[in-house]
Amino acid sequence: MRHSALALLRHALTGNRSWAPSWRDPAPKAAYDTLIVGGGGHGLATAHYLAKNHGITDVAVLEKGWLGGGNVGRNTTIIRSNYLLPGNTPFYEKSMQLWEGLEQDLNYNAMVSQRGVLNLFHSDSQRDAYARRGNAMRLAGVDAELLDAAQVRAMVPGLNLDSQRFPVKGGLLQRRGGTARHDAVAWGFARAADQLGVDLLQNTEVTGIRIERGRVLGVETTRGFIGAKRVGLAVAGNTSRVAAMAGLRLPIESHVLQAFVSEAVKPMIDTVVTYGAGHLYVSQSDKGGLVFGGDIDGYNSYAQRGNLPVVHDVMECAVQLFPSMSRLRYLRQWGGIMDMSMDGSPIIDRTPVDGLFLNCGWCYGGFKATPASGWCFAHTIATGQPHALNAAFRLDRFATGHVIDEKGAGAQANLH
Amino acid sequence: MRIPCPFCGERDAAEFLTIGSAPPPRPAADAPMAAWHDYVHLRDNPAGLHAELWQHIHGCRQWLRVMRDTRTHVVAGAEACRR
Repeated sequence: MRHSALALLRHALTGNRSWAPSWRDPAPKAAYDTLIVGGGGHGLATAHYLAKNHGITDVAVLEKGWLGGGNVGRNTTIIRSNYLLPGNTPFYEKSMQLWEGLEQDLNYNAMVSQRGVLNLFHSDSQRDAYARRGNAMRLAGVDAELLDAAQVRAMVPGLNLDSQRFPVKGGLLQRRGGTARHDAVAWGFARAADQLGVDLLQNTEVTGIRIERGRVLGVETTRGFIGAKRVGLAVAGNTSRVAAMAGLRLPIESHVLQAFVSEAVKPMIDTVVTYGAGHLYVSQSDKGGLVFGGDIDGYNSYAQRGNLPVVHDVMECAVQLFPSMSRLRYLRQWGGIMDMSMDGSPIIDRTPVDGLFLNCGWCYGGFKATPASGWCFAHTIATGQPHALNAAFRLDRFATGHVIDEKGAGAQANLH
Repeated sequence: MRIPCPFCGERDAAEFLTIGSAPPPRPAADAPMAAWHDYVHLRDNPAGLHAELWQHIHGCRQWLRVMRDTRTHVVAGAEACRR
């Protein structure tokens, strides 16, 4: 317990000059047992669970910028486990359960808010598809409720159910879904990992991966060579670039996804609503801003910013769903680089290089997966074998035909 | 983002649809499975100049091969796929 009302008061009275840093800023050692490349949510969670669950504390996290400066700070903060396919559902439900105990585990307020996630449907066939998904979820032990239009109307005032073109017929609700404070998730995992002895090395960019006789020996960085027995990659949109240093060519494309925040208004939406006729998901932050996003831009990008056609499309969807949003000004917008896989599902696996492990392919669903991704990746690295929860997320599934294609879109990355 | 269509001139990217990387030559029908896996699933995914296919769906409907920098979105040029 390092923060209390009394400490807040004392530091406020002394000008907030004497807060202790939340984690150390160590110099890199010559070698570690395990290196995690990528100091985002997944990398930090992996380091935390390596130390906590497997007792492996000789670990460093290498981050080219600052902790949590990538996608964990660039999402719409939604957490949910409403997946259809058997390879996915237990994994995301594990993540949901970890979210539910995360703040106690990390002793950090991640503002996990189980305000519900409501997926709207607009036609009979879409109702059938959502009923099927809800049934699959319940069979896997996940909560799901199918609401009719009257129940949706009562739950979300201000929602336009009576659009001529896309009337709302109902929704699939996961009450345990919701939102979490994205930056706090990164900071919480970082602080917890640091306290267990993990070195967090910021401003340390990996420039090469040293491999001899098919076995990884360590990585070249902007701060010199760092040796390691095992190296795990959790670098999201930069996965192809970093994996290429190990000679791997992956089923991944990097795409830009934009998200938006409106000016702050009084409480208006107390859940997460997703539009079934276009692509939009919207919730309201505790500060009052509406946080929303839509589709990826659709072309390969490493730019961390998008273009106006998608901005236009997302705004149209938002106003169609909540007409009162037409009077709001949007405050800011950003882009993150998604590691889009060829079936829309992630990869947590070993690689053909001994000691090199891969965590990627999160498409635009990485945030909700953060705890389980770290939990499973830590297990895979520590034991050398995938856990049952990530057994389906194999790197070779594209070659063998065991793809996990929730949308049935095929090997077309910009459609997932 | 604007794309210089060789038929219509420079037009806004909203008029175009992309299906991603301009693929390498299609393997022969009897090529080994590994060649097809490579062709269908694996990508170079460069950070930099990238050859990709765009169709001018709200214009001349021609398929174009566009060179574009994935770090800056600057379009270096576009040429017709069919000559």
